[in-house]
Amino acid sequence: MLQFIVKRLFFFIPTLFVISVVTFAIIQLPPGDFLTAYVATLASQGETVNQEAISALRDRYGLGQPFHIQYLKWAGNMLRGDFGHSLEWNRPVADLIGDRMLLTVIISFATLLVTWLIAIPIGIFSAVRQYSIGDYIATFLGFLGLATPDFLFALLLMWVAFVYFNQSVGGLFSPEFVDAAWSMAKVWDLFGHLWIPVIVLGTSGAAGLIRVMRANLLDELHKPYVETARAKGLSETRLILKYPVRVALNPFVSTIGYALPGLVSGSVIVSVVLSLPTAGPLLLRALVSQDMYLAGAYIFLLSALTLVGTLISDVLLAWLDPRIRLQ
Amino acid sequence: MSWFQQIMRRVGGQTSSAAMVAAAPTANPAVEEQRVFVASQWQLTWWKFRKHRLAILAGVIIILLYTIALFADMIAPLDPERVNPQLVYLPPQTIQFVTTEGQLSAPFVYGYVLARDPVSLRSSFTRDTSTRYPITLFVQGEPYKFWGLFESNLHLFGTGDAQKNIHLMGTDRLGRDLFSRTILGTRVSLSIGLIGVLLSLVLGISLGGVSGYYGGVIDDIIQRIIEFLRSIPAIPLWMGLSAALPKDMPPLQVYFYITLILSLIGWTGLARVVRGRFLALREEDFVMAARISGCSEQRIIFRHMVPAFTSHIIASLTLAIPGTILAETALSFLGLGLRSPVNSWGVLLQEAQNIRSVALAPWLLLPALLVILTVLAFNFFGDGLRDAADPYS
Repeated sequence: MLQFIVKRLFFFIPTLFVISVVTFAIIQLPPGDFLTAYVATLASQGETVNQEAISALRDRYGLGQPFHIQYLKWAGNMLRGDFGHSLEWNRPVADLIGDRMLLTVIISFATLLVTWLIAIPIGIFSAVRQYSIGDYIATFLGFLGLATPDFLFALLLMWVAFVYFNQSVGGLFSPEFVDAAWSMAKVWDLFGHLWIPVIVLGTSGAAGLIRVMRANLLDELHKPYVETARAKGLSETRLILKYPVRVALNPFVSTIGYALPGLVSGSVIVSVVLSLPTAGPLLLRALVSQDMYLAGAYIFLLSALTLVGTLISDVLLAWLDPRIRLQ
Repeated sequence: MSWFQQIMRRVGGQTSSAAMVAAAPTANPAVEEQRVFVASQWQLTWWKFRKHRLAILAGVIIILLYTIALFADMIAPLDPERVNPQLVYLPPQTIQFVTTEGQLSAPFVYGYVLARDPVSLRSSFTRDTSTRYPITLFVQGEPYKFWGLFESNLHLFGTGDAQKNIHLMGTDRLGRDLFSRTILGTRVSLSIGLIGVLLSLVLGISLGGVSGYYGGVIDDIIQRIIEFLRSIPAIPLWMGLSAALPKDMPPLQVYFYITLILSLIGWTGLARVVRGRFLALREEDFVMAARISGCSEQRIIFRHMVPAFTSHIIASLTLAIPGTILAETALSFLGLGLRSPVNSWGVLLQEAQNIRSVALAPWLLLPALLVILTVLAFNFFGDGLRDAADPYS
């Protein structure tokens, strides 16, 4: 087990390194550097440009030097928790990120749980009652969920809430909690708002997983051991839940690794539509205004978090299923 | 099998199946079996595919959509870019077949009257059942350039009167006809799916093939790259890359780069399929036979292995197209993909981004229905193909 974890970590670190290089390359893609643009904005607003401060910043981020030196400075700063300077907000990037990253993680995690809660029972039902009306409905809804882009579903839900219930569904907190410090009441308020993005994000994921669960269980249901258990007189519910479902769940767990990048991707775009205070809207804004350090920090952190999630799911899976460790 | 035998088999297969069509009513089981034996792989695939009603229906819808894309300028009744300040946010006019008196009639739409709210001064349109605009097929209308080449003014349908226009899906905030815009948007949205997937195919087949055929260190490296690409969230990465495209780039170039960006991750799925098939086929007897007969590697790959999994690849390609279409829609919706004046479903949906405009003009969401229809059709079609891809199972 320990060996497996060490091996996974061995892959984790180079991947993180490659992600940081790719992110930095994206930051560098737009022409010019942020300081030149910053100075130009200041000058156009008629403010005096403090040459000393500018050259200090230039030195800190290694601007004007070759790519690899700039990269090393950027990565080195990042290791110390300095993610660069946001041009648009004129604040260090690290100040802007904290809470939003946390909320992104909360939403992704909650969505994963909800997806499973929806997908597993429906998948089991679909397989056990194959070709029944319920199965057809589940299959149809599954395909529909796959075909509807997240953001469209979010828009539709917002429209329905706006037109028929006359309320706005955007945001994650009630107005009185937006700027409040974290407290039990605020957490409770968060849960009250969380369900809409979670449902929106969960549908497409659940749709896919229902298909996986159904197919896996169908493969198991006709195996001899199921027949044996039935011949021994086990009740049908107990029999199905105890044996084939357990086997069918196994590949299910291994999909977490692939589900996570999709979830994070989806949460970015859904957050923009629902204007949630997560990473999404700020990332979009940063990209549109080419505030590249802020955008780069988000892209890097989102990717890194996804990697951590995948790592955890791999370790969990290895713990659940000894066969994986041996491969 | 020599080329001669192959031709003989093909000719024989065709004549026997032609003979079978005539003999079908007698349903002789022996002949039926014979027919299966001599059929080529493609014929078997087709026979199996034919049984999927839903997949056939999806195929028809896809063909229809691409036909629309091909003849988009002709099908669109109005110039999609023409701004009409008098007709801002006109609700959709539905095609009617029954008049208010309850009589059947040739298809027509009702006119509209503009009313202005005395308090808010907001204009609103109400249906005017006293005026009817009859719809006729193949009418002369606004001039356009078919495929940007031939001047024409023939439209599939319209009223034939420049003062009485049909807006089947209403108009947007500039009074442009949403139906015409959606029809024209079909072109970009559908082609970006195809071209993006073709790019992914080239990368996927070459890298997946190399990975699966040679194995070893090369396989390891390529697999790590694929794992890396799959482990990072796609949308933030796409957003970052497309935001880096200069704002003043010509539309055609933006289109090209966006396709490139989308296929950057898309190829990984295809590469996995190809690699898996290569690994499975490498051990097959017929490959061994070819090797012993002294075939070159190139010949083994392209003459013996590739034909054995072409159908699988086509199926996975079909299943990859909707992903690209959705990705383009999402990027354009965010304002990071294609931009006006390029017209795609995502660009159209960008108008619906703001909840106020959606509440005021819900018909702006209509292009989304086409997105869903297209994606569903591709999914069902691909699903049917995938089941049919292995006719021997």
